[in-house]
Amino acid sequence: MNTRAKAPSETTVVVGMSGGVDSSVTAHILKEQGYNVIGIFMKNWDDTDEDGFCTATEDYEDVIAVANQIGIPYYAVNFEKEYWDKVFTYFLDEYKQGRTPNPDVMCNKEIKFKAFLDHAMRLGADFVATGHYARAVYQDGEHKLLRGVDNNKDQTYFLNQLSQEQIAKAMFPIGHMEKSEVRKIAEEAGLATAKKKDSTGICFIGERNFKQFLGQYLPAQPGEMKTLDGKVMGKHDGLMYYTMGQRHGLGIGGDGDPWFVVGKNLDENVLYVDQGFHNPLLYSEGLLASDVSWTTAAPGTEFRCTAKFRYRQTDSGVTVRVLEDGLDVRFDEPQRAITPGQAVVFYDGDICLGGATIDQAYKAGEVLAYLA
Amino acid sequence: MNYFDHAATSPMRREVLEKMMPYMLEEFGNPSSIHGQGRKARAAIDAARRVIAKELNAKPNELVFTSGGTESDNYAILGAAIANEDKGRHVITTRIEHHAVLHAFEELERRGFEVTYLDVPESGVLSLSALEQALRTDTILVSVMFANNEVGTIQPIEQIGRLLKERAILFHTDAVQAFGKLEIDVDTLGIDLLSASAHKVNGPKGVGLLYIRSGVKVAPQTFGGEQERKRRAGTENVPGIAGFAEAVVLASGERETVQNQFSVLRHQLLTVLDENGVRYEVNGTDGLQHVINLYFSGIEIEPFLIMLDMRGFAVSSGSACTAGSIEPSHVLSAMYGEQERTRQSVRISFGYGNDASQVELLAQALSDVVKSFQVKSEI
Repeated sequence: MNTRAKAPSETTVVVGMSGGVDSSVTAHILKEQGYNVIGIFMKNWDDTDEDGFCTATEDYEDVIAVANQIGIPYYAVNFEKEYWDKVFTYFLDEYKQGRTPNPDVMCNKEIKFKAFLDHAMRLGADFVATGHYARAVYQDGEHKLLRGVDNNKDQTYFLNQLSQEQIAKAMFPIGHMEKSEVRKIAEEAGLATAKKKDSTGICFIGERNFKQFLGQYLPAQPGEMKTLDGKVMGKHDGLMYYTMGQRHGLGIGGDGDPWFVVGKNLDENVLYVDQGFHNPLLYSEGLLASDVSWTTAAPGTEFRCTAKFRYRQTDSGVTVRVLEDGLDVRFDEPQRAITPGQAVVFYDGDICLGGATIDQAYKAGEVLAYLA
Repeated sequence: MNYFDHAATSPMRREVLEKMMPYMLEEFGNPSSIHGQGRKARAAIDAARRVIAKELNAKPNELVFTSGGTESDNYAILGAAIANEDKGRHVITTRIEHHAVLHAFEELERRGFEVTYLDVPESGVLSLSALEQALRTDTILVSVMFANNEVGTIQPIEQIGRLLKERAILFHTDAVQAFGKLEIDVDTLGIDLLSASAHKVNGPKGVGLLYIRSGVKVAPQTFGGEQERKRRAGTENVPGIAGFAEAVVLASGERETVQNQFSVLRHQLLTVLDENGVRYEVNGTDGLQHVINLYFSGIEIEPFLIMLDMRGFAVSSGSACTAGSIEPSHVLSAMYGEQERTRQSVRISFGYGNDASQVELLAQALSDVVKSFQVKSEI
């Protein structure tokens, strides 16, 4: 059903306002278009420090300022428990298994487009809107998730787990804009957040030291750094601190090409390293993935499309085969540093078809066991 | 907007505004000045002091005007403890006090005082024997609120006053919620220090008072000029004080009528909820007639309050904490322990402007919203 047919004045939209410029402009645009707009701030994490300082408080102040400027009611909702149970627990579990999780994908799936969406629907909203660079449209009898027009900012990678039902209730009013346009609108409207710096990194860690943060929650087990043929190259601080293809923080000096993380052995607590950005050990020909989710009806049992294996990567051609318990994704060209725990996301032109979680990479028909 | 949050703050009466206006526009002088304008301002404060002192059966010079309830509580607690610490460093309060009191006691702890926080039973009324047991030879101050702001329960002030008088322990009461609503005679009740605020009684925001019994030592907490007989430095809020006095006059004159009216509204609200088959329990025993705290099992408080706001009804729950989300009420936690109830309760407080037709609308809206949760939770 085309949920997008109602007149704006008859349509209530709950905007997830983070206190950033993107969601501020989102609310502003919808209000200008005549929607009945309500701003809601999600408090998902308590980072109050010893001095009582909490970034959420600062962000909420910005939400209040912007909501008052554009003349909409605002509220806050606390999803700390849901976030902990659904996102943070997953995040830690993945690290425990030596993988590199993507909490933003999980946050969209479980919090923004589940807990928050449910909350908005309970309040009588027709849609939720967020400041994501993506587009949700009704086309050919389906709700489609399209890439944001700003290629550099496109966030469909993080939205790949959304279902038809979720997309049907989503609005992304800035998805057809460039980031620079969004800033310009914020400035012209004089929004309090027009010049606010974009947030970086994982939301609950913020600007803090990642290693220190993770170490508070998981015991770090230092061990040996070795080449695949067994030569000891030094010590690592704990496998969870490293990800595939990582160069920095290894502390291996000497002559020749720089050293990179090329794998992990969880059982023996060994971090595999080798030299050269283009080291063949980092390359694979395909991957196996699970937790498959399609934005529309499943595209078939075997099909060709393009894919991203990490955020902000250009697409690569792949052949996807649907297996009983996941996907087999064969690359047209070998891919570097396929990372278990990250998302593989599929596209047909501008349409984001969906995605899955990478479990393993393979080469010449063999699973690369040294890739954690 | 149908406003049922008068315990948070109340609309100012037009009569109050009219009393204030001249002191902003014409008689704007500084009461400390020696010229005519100053004398007029000084006269206004003195007149206000006499009016309010009468309401409490106090002497005018026993009143110190402050910026509001919080300042009065802070001043009373910190000031009395510090001025009397040679007699002991043990102080007592309850777990259901306003944060203006609780956080002042926490500050005393940081300064080396020993604080006993008394538990309060489900009735929401402090047990006198619990207080009696907590008293020690080095206890110098007890602070117990007159009536609770969240559940409206009235504390046994007279008995506490008597008990403490026998032992020469200072008695402070935070009367912010009770002042104007209940008759208060500081002498018969044995109160040494009492805090009150204007904006809870249809007066202006930013003005309050601390009653300090003659002879009670309280160390000043603001330093500067010699205003308020050197007890509270800073130029007096003359229009605010004039407005405060007018609000007290109005509240005092209408007290009985208004209390009866609130009692009727309260009964009406509960009757409609009963008729509509809404499941609820009243938190705490009956006290202030304008405050009623209801437990609606099965609701989620954040969407609940938003849904009522979207329908145009202002009620409240717990207290807004960091980043606007709602913290379970410490008062309900003290009374009932850590249970769902503390997150599923709503305070409704009546006041100036509320009438039966508004309460009818509120009762219907509450019924609809509560049932949308309760029906769901039964499936």
